[in-house]
Amino acid sequence: MSSQITPEALIYAFSALGAAVSIGFAALGIGIGQGLAASRAVEGVGRQPEAKGDLLQVMLVGQAVTETTGIFAFIVSIVLLFANPFA
Amino acid sequence: MHIGPQIVIKFDNGIFITNTVCFGIIVAVILIVLALWSTRRMKKVPDGKQVIAETVVEGVYNMVKATMGPKGINYAPYIGTLFFFVLFSNMLGLFGQRPVTADVNTTFALAAITFVLIQRQALKSYGLIGKMKEMAQPYPFMFPLKIIEQLSFPISLSFRLFGNILGGVIVIEMLLEGLATASEALHLPIPLLDAVIPLPANFFFDIFEPVLQAFIFTMLTMVFITMEIATRDEEH
Repeated sequence: MSSQITPEALIYAFSALGAAVSIGFAALGIGIGQGLAASRAVEGVGRQPEAKGDLLQVMLVGQAVTETTGIFAFIVSIVLLFANPFA
Repeated sequence: MHIGPQIVIKFDNGIFITNTVCFGIIVAVILIVLALWSTRRMKKVPDGKQVIAETVVEGVYNMVKATMGPKGINYAPYIGTLFFFVLFSNMLGLFGQRPVTADVNTTFALAAITFVLIQRQALKSYGLIGKMKEMAQPYPFMFPLKIIEQLSFPISLSFRLFGNILGGVIVIEMLLEGLATASEALHLPIPLLDAVIPLPANFFFDIFEPVLQAFIFTMLTMVFITMEIATRDEEH
């Protein structure tokens, strides 16, 4: 059975695994980071409801910067899946 | 599944035109026609289309003034154009087309314009020698790090927009294909499940996300240009 696995198949299998691991761990980190930013923004709105617009704007920009690492991980996954450099 | 842009016209000498270029030009033409049409026969007391045009322009100017201060008001036309071009390009998914910004060439071109503007503003504020001195702060050995920081900004800015929009495209495509397979398994004559079920996903990825990403792209552009204006005020 194991003799039927070609090197190309092995490369594709590990590429898929690598893509999944990359985006998965990145999403874990981003989720925590964006959640922290959102929780602090909610606290701020609760304390100072009149500053809601400014807080929302700052929170969204901060979350977008947080997201960058995840986007890089996403691009790594996309390259591994659709434009594989090894196969 | 094909996720890249498709080639529309191919010339003999190997040059080709993708649908990114076609729809980029179409979006630009639509924006120009809208702008020209809404400013035709302007009156002192605005009515109809002129009210909408004035609201939009005023909104852009107010946002730029609030973020960049009174010194950055000259950037308002560029910021407004950038916002609406990115917004309309992101929203092409609503019409069943591939968004223009789901191509890294488009987003990197936009980010390169921003990069040039930032460096131009820095040169205007400090001059070449002053910029070099400023980059050697607080320690001289930080100089290479600062260069890498400056160069990585357009890359992260372009990849942020590109990744978000491409992710939306892939999710929508996978949803539609999956529902088509499901309706085939149910022996429906046409892919009937594709009709209403993807609407929430469309709402999120073709309306909410484009507005958010266009806002973030222009916002980061404004913030980074402002950083080069603001430090000048502290010195003088």
